[in-house]
Amino acid sequence: MFAYLANPARFMRVSGRAWRFVAASGIAALAIGLYLALAVAPPDYQQGESVRIMFVHVPSAILAEGVYYLIALASFVALVWRHPLADVAAQAAAPIGAAFTLVCLATGSLWGKPMWGAWWVWDARLTSVLVLFFLYLGYIALVNAFEDPARGARAGAVLALVGVIDLPIIKFSVNWWNTLHQPASILRMGGPTIDRSMLVPLLVMTLAFVLLFAALLLLRMRATLNERKARALRLAAPPRRADPVSTGAAPVLR
Amino acid sequence: MRAYAGLFRRELLLAVRQGGEIGLVLGFFVLAVVLFPLGVGPEAEVLRRIGAGIVWVAALLAAVLSLDRLFAADYADGTLDLLALSAMPLEGVAAAKCAAHWATTGLPLTLISPCLAALVDLEAQATVLLALGLLIGTPALSLLGAIVAALTLGARRPGILSSLLVLPLYLPVLIFGAGAVEAGIAGTGARPHLLLLGAVTVAALPLAPVAAAAALRQALD
Amino acid sequence: MTLAAWAAMGGYAAYVWPAYGIAAALLGGIALQSWLRCRRSERELDRIQRTTGRQ
Repeated sequence: MFAYLANPARFMRVSGRAWRFVAASGIAALAIGLYLALAVAPPDYQQGESVRIMFVHVPSAILAEGVYYLIALASFVALVWRHPLADVAAQAAAPIGAAFTLVCLATGSLWGKPMWGAWWVWDARLTSVLVLFFLYLGYIALVNAFEDPARGARAGAVLALVGVIDLPIIKFSVNWWNTLHQPASILRMGGPTIDRSMLVPLLVMTLAFVLLFAALLLLRMRATLNERKARALRLAAPPRRADPVSTGAAPVLR
Repeated sequence: MRAYAGLFRRELLLAVRQGGEIGLVLGFFVLAVVLFPLGVGPEAEVLRRIGAGIVWVAALLAAVLSLDRLFAADYADGTLDLLALSAMPLEGVAAAKCAAHWATTGLPLTLISPCLAALVDLEAQATVLLALGLLIGTPALSLLGAIVAALTLGARRPGILSSLLVLPLYLPVLIFGAGAVEAGIAGTGARPHLLLLGAVTVAALPLAPVAAAAALRQALD
Repeated sequence: MTLAAWAAMGGYAAYVWPAYGIAAALLGGIALQSWLRCRRSERELDRIQRTTGRQ
């Protein structure tokens, strides 16, 4: 499939139909997920209704980390096989991933206030997500820091690979630091034992977030490809000053 | 091998002769540590508690500020192109430059750290752990920094950009380094922290020059 | 369960609704921005293809 879509024109044709379908199913999944999360799922016996924050917090945490791995994978493909769409995908995914990371941080903070009594607790997971947010910011800043977009794409690809190797080490070190400094009485968010009545809404919301991410990724990739093509056309044939009729030059078709 | 030694010597000479680069980094390092007692108050109790963290944070910042010395000048005047054309692989060039960078930043920081430990009232054992941690950890700062320094060559505002890129990568070094001193003070054993710190450096030793060389190649393309 | 009781979220309304609101604002914002950017790029490309007469 990757080889098939390596032709940008073909990608534009397929994605033009695909993104609407993906976005529609994402919105449908989101509607079902929100209904399950806000109305059907029971309140937690310990955390009460505040547990409903989990249904946006955990999916955005999954997406925040997953998107970073996706960027690294796309960067690898871009560097090794020079797939023409890989760096487009990596750059298109980064702002979406950063948005999910920010959602994860904000909802985590709003969940932490009633549970821990503070807006921010240096919990290992929250801290890792905060670092992840800075990795996203750095990637986006580096990609846009060069006059030549191709240079930014290559630099970003190398950075994403370095970041993905370092990310598990950072997470390990933050966990290590956390076990040294935190009293063990802290309430763990969404531990491994989770009741089915909560698992189903969580999975539906995660699916909805994945679909919405895919739709936005396609949309942003289409925008980048359109912009590139427009730029190439403008460089190849600068637009005439007057309108085409008055210059007497008939537009050449194809 | 002689070529690498020559490159290493050239970098050292440049650092020593060009207006006291080493002195600038050391001056910044000391000043950054001095700021903290002025900010949080001079109580020895407080300073002893956070002293190791202060010195480590200052070391990280000093390392970040000296990163532009690694490749920027050679990139600007074309020396880097010549090095890329030479028989030395770029990985070797990056490694030699990292070694020289460490010898002119990490090593002096380590040597001066006992004085700073005295400023924040650390005991003898904690001072030894701090210096030992810096000795083990600062090579990783130079190695990881070289990747970012190479990536930001030719970028707009490379200074602020490289600090945004490199500080998250430095986190493990900070955590294990400061953790070693803290564990030493608490009497829970600094050994695992120092071993993990060593593991970071040992892992960065072969990987970082490869990544830095890849970054240099795309910068010179 | 009344609508008001549901909206009160067992006393956690001040945390639950802002959490959903921020998520909606951020994700909706990036969705809107992506869509507008895509539409603008399509129009721009269209215009250039018409004026230069190339595909």
